[in-house]
Amino acid sequence: MTRKQKKMLWRILISFVLFTAALLLPTIWLSGPIPLLSVIQDQGGCGAYALAKWPLFLIPYLVIGWDVLWKAVRNIMNGQVFDENFLMCVATIGALIIGEFPEAVAVMLFYQVGELFQNVAVSRSRQSISELMDIRPDYANIQRDGQLVQVDPEEVAVGDVIVIKAGERVPLDGVVLEGASALDTAALTGESLPRDVAAGDEVISGCVNLSGLLHVKVGKPFGQSTVARILDLVENSSEKKAQAEHFITKFARYYTPIVVFAALALAVIPSLLDGQWGIWVPRALNFLVVSCPCALVISIPLSFFGGIGGASKQGILVKGSNYLEALAQAGVVVFDKTGTLTQGKFSVTAVHPDGMSQEELLELAALAEQFSTHPISKSIVAAWGGTPDQSRAADVEEIAGHGVRAVIDGRTVLAGNGKLMAREGIPLTLDHDHPGTVIHVAVEGRYAGHLVIADQPKATSAQALRELKAAGVRQTVMLTGDAQGAAQAVANELGLDRFYSQLLPAGKVERVENLLQEKSPKETLVFVGDGINDAPVLSRADIGVAMGALGSDAAIEAADIVLMDDDLLKLTAAVRIARKTLSIVRQNVVFALGVKLLVLILSAVGLANMWAAVFADVGVSVLAILNASRMLKAK
Amino acid sequence: MKKTFKLIDLDCANCAAKMETAIKKLPGVTDASVSFMAQKMTIEADDVDAVMKDVVKCCRKVEPDCEIVL
Repeated sequence: MTRKQKKMLWRILISFVLFTAALLLPTIWLSGPIPLLSVIQDQGGCGAYALAKWPLFLIPYLVIGWDVLWKAVRNIMNGQVFDENFLMCVATIGALIIGEFPEAVAVMLFYQVGELFQNVAVSRSRQSISELMDIRPDYANIQRDGQLVQVDPEEVAVGDVIVIKAGERVPLDGVVLEGASALDTAALTGESLPRDVAAGDEVISGCVNLSGLLHVKVGKPFGQSTVARILDLVENSSEKKAQAEHFITKFARYYTPIVVFAALALAVIPSLLDGQWGIWVPRALNFLVVSCPCALVISIPLSFFGGIGGASKQGILVKGSNYLEALAQAGVVVFDKTGTLTQGKFSVTAVHPDGMSQEELLELAALAEQFSTHPISKSIVAAWGGTPDQSRAADVEEIAGHGVRAVIDGRTVLAGNGKLMAREGIPLTLDHDHPGTVIHVAVEGRYAGHLVIADQPKATSAQALRELKAAGVRQTVMLTGDAQGAAQAVANELGLDRFYSQLLPAGKVERVENLLQEKSPKETLVFVGDGINDAPVLSRADIGVAMGALGSDAAIEAADIVLMDDDLLKLTAAVRIARKTLSIVRQNVVFALGVKLLVLILSAVGLANMWAAVFADVGVSVLAILNASRMLKAK
Repeated sequence: MKKTFKLIDLDCANCAAKMETAIKKLPGVTDASVSFMAQKMTIEADDVDAVMKDVVKCCRKVEPDCEIVL
């Protein structure tokens, strides 16, 4: 609790004690009348003068309510009439005037308790959110005159060498010069598996060094380092407000005056008809208490704030409440293929030998391709596993656009595409119609089989797509620049609804525009890409999601939602969080409005007292806040 | 130009909304956003420093307890 909140707590306690004392104090009889301070009461059958109760109640009332009264006066002078302070004053002073002293004090007391509770709840959740995002490094260790000194990360220049000890947070982005360690990236990506780094690897600020000592050469100033950019993004996310927030603030602008005028009407019109002012005025005062819009106004930004905070804990950065709101209505999800659904790198997916074992074929191909820098050649060497023995290959000749010819262990080996085989007049004896790139191998003029090389789907892609469907996404679409066959294979394997192949970057924008026109206006279109080369599509879609953004500036800039690692399951988590946030927002609006409306109706017919009215105001706020704070724990 | 300011003692969400509406109406201010949760205010104006005097005055009127850290 802050000092201000503690002070309030004391005021509440003191006022409560005084209030109880006033309630329990026996009637004090007077021998004669005192102006203002005496009332005539029944004493054993005949009237006698007694000390009036109102000064006794006025003391706790002022102790608890002086600031509300003062704020009301001050705000009226500033031209702000319909605020909660004013409404509370009118309601309680009205109660005092009609002689309901205990009610007036109790209502003010209850109101202040509620306000305090609300205040504490909000600052608690604010605090827990900022703890979630506590990735800001406090210092950097720098070597000066042979000694390690702690300096502010902002003072470290590019090119400086910083030392990161075990247990410390990486303060700036850079490259490891010396040392090896495991880094905990959980704060950035939500991924619990540590990442191993050694000399030559890049490290990203915000990670925690788990084991060894690292010497890192700083690559970026603090302001441009990953941690500063992420913090900046998250801190500014509350700037972009959701429709629901705009709706509720607009609603509040009309709600309060309407209820106040309804209260006025309720006090005056029936009273003029039946003359029973004593019945209608207290009912109207209830209206005033209920007319505060705070419960509504507070619970919605709090829910979104909690949703954004909960998401960032899992490595999902949402740039504004509006995007979270839009994501909850995701109906069409469009994926870029390479690097998003697939790993974005080639690997050998099948080995089909003819007249030798799979290992032999792979070895021959690896030996022949070992000197090539082409990604496909590299993938063959990687699939074989070892470091090829250079001395076994001789007379290596690259035939551009066709493949490689080499002499391996004295035998002439050809490795390449179908054109190479045709050129050499080698008949293909195996069925080789596979999605992906096919590399044929021939030994001494005889066909030996082929390898299939393809960009493989990520391990979690299929599951993520299934979960998206289960979460209510109507359609999944894949866009790719690849050939029809390769695209078809991936689309079938992952179970996508539609795919478009052989698209140029401009074609992707066009496709997305068509899809935007096709979808129903109630749902939104999400585009998921890796942030490389797809900035125009990211900005064209309702929501652009960039993934694998750890360290990529362009992606963080262009996207509305950034997934820090490249696991597609994060997208389903984001959709789930968005849906949950929106359902909490809806619950809060319905609940708060429902209770207020109910109490208004009950007050109008005389079934609700001022206690119920105060509950409808602050009690509802507190419950709405508690409901919203569930978002912090969202999975 | 866009600038963000920290707010101290912004206690009520409705006041934040009222502040935002009032600041948006100030001459010279292109856009404004007051975040109750983040206790922050973002002002967009051609010359933010020039309008800040009005903004402070405006805030004092709506929510006198709230202080803008300049």
